[in-house]
Amino acid sequence: MPYTKRIDGRGFDETRKIEAKVGVIKRADGSAMFKIGNTWAYAAVYGPRNLHPKFLQDPQRGILRCNYNMMPFSSSGERVRPGGSRRSKEISLVTGKALLPVLDLEEYPNSVVDVFIELPQTEAGSRCAGICAASMALADAGLEMKDLVSAVSAGKVDDKLVIDLDYAEESYKDGSVADIPIAIMPNSGKITLLQMDGEIKKDELMRLIDMAKKALNDIYEIQKKALKEKYHEVEM
Amino acid sequence: MHQELREHIIKLLNTGIRLDGRKLTEYRKPIEVEQGVVKTAEGSARVKIGETDVMVGVKLEVGEPYPDTPDEGTIIVGAELLPLSNPDFELGPPGIQAIELARVVDRGIRESKALDFRKLCITPKEKIWMVIIDICPINDAGNLFDASSLAALAALKNAAYPKFDGEKVDYKEKTSKKLDLEKTPIAVTVIKIGDKFIVDPDIEEEKAVDARLTVSSIEDGTLCAMQKGGDYPLTTEDIDKMLDIGIEKAKELRKHL
Repeated sequence: MPYTKRIDGRGFDETRKIEAKVGVIKRADGSAMFKIGNTWAYAAVYGPRNLHPKFLQDPQRGILRCNYNMMPFSSSGERVRPGGSRRSKEISLVTGKALLPVLDLEEYPNSVVDVFIELPQTEAGSRCAGICAASMALADAGLEMKDLVSAVSAGKVDDKLVIDLDYAEESYKDGSVADIPIAIMPNSGKITLLQMDGEIKKDELMRLIDMAKKALNDIYEIQKKALKEKYHEVEM
Repeated sequence: MHQELREHIIKLLNTGIRLDGRKLTEYRKPIEVEQGVVKTAEGSARVKIGETDVMVGVKLEVGEPYPDTPDEGTIIVGAELLPLSNPDFELGPPGIQAIELARVVDRGIRESKALDFRKLCITPKEKIWMVIIDICPINDAGNLFDASSLAALAALKNAAYPKFDGEKVDYKEKTSKKLDLEKTPIAVTVIKIGDKFIVDPDIEEEKAVDARLTVSSIEDGTLCAMQKGGDYPLTTEDIDKMLDIGIEKAKELRKHL
């Protein structure tokens, strides 16, 4: 059966419902929450702070450390064993690479900026939700940034190009599926995260990136609004 | 390092108030208990006491019983002091603080017999339900013990069994069958600083603790678990007073469930 209509009724270029809030973790230097459908991410930023052990320090610039973690009860299947997996380590790595281009850490030699991403609940698209939350948290921490980072998964389900795959689409059985998480710096349009599972033709991928950029501009607006809301409250 | 802060705290306590203006045995406000916050868990709750914010999720798994209790299910409590929640927490396997927290929460539930473990048995000697309770602090602004224990209980109260066909658990389908919570053990941590007793310490007060006693009690005031912590000893008179405070305050906290 061809994939003519999305399982949850959304338009093919439409994301799930998004909620975003900044300043949700008081003890952190910066923090944010980003929820897309049933995927829910928190990010906290600590730093720039002293980096120990000393041999990790870079005298030229501060370093960025990211950690992505699923809470043990965050998967719809069995409990996720705590302690990190190969998957979470890889996601931590690419998350750091997705965020680093917007930061200027040369002012903070020998220091570290720690980004901790925690997911209480997941249903597809969790690394992208984590990146969205983390970039808002970095801004909330008052770090100098060239841009925000916005991320979403794009993909192909059967013969349709879609934005923000949910679990049912990721595990679609009646046709092939490609899942492509993308992060961009919305102002420059440059891409900072690109991964792919599945099969797709090059021209389809290029079209999909354009489609993703449109959705990412909407996400960017939501992120900006959440940031402004926090600081608006302070002004009053 | 905290000597001056400690002296200041003690001076204030002697006048009957605390750094943030509270009375000695007053919890921060508001206390919020929200159940069912995490759809992927079989049960969940989020508890906020002042700025302290803790999430607890319950997962139910089918496993094998221990040989010495062939007709009983079991609980497993885990706590991770997420570095997201406190600048002093570090990544890595649970340290001694996290282990103590998990074990104190575990004992309150286990020893009060809040859950009848025999009701968690599916087939004696073969299959049982394992109730796995995970504690995840979001913001640690002090008193994780009481917040986690309250959240664990609220999450258990919220938990429903997933569908189980005798072979496999279908986590996509929750049944309407709830976990049977027979008692509500509440933990209250009473802190001794100088010769004064307080409850619900904030981060600054936690640094000034001489001794603490976590007291878990059920509805009728029966004690079901205790844990003494802190570097200083307690007299019998201290313990007498701390137990009274613990039992009294548990009644207050229980109203939030």
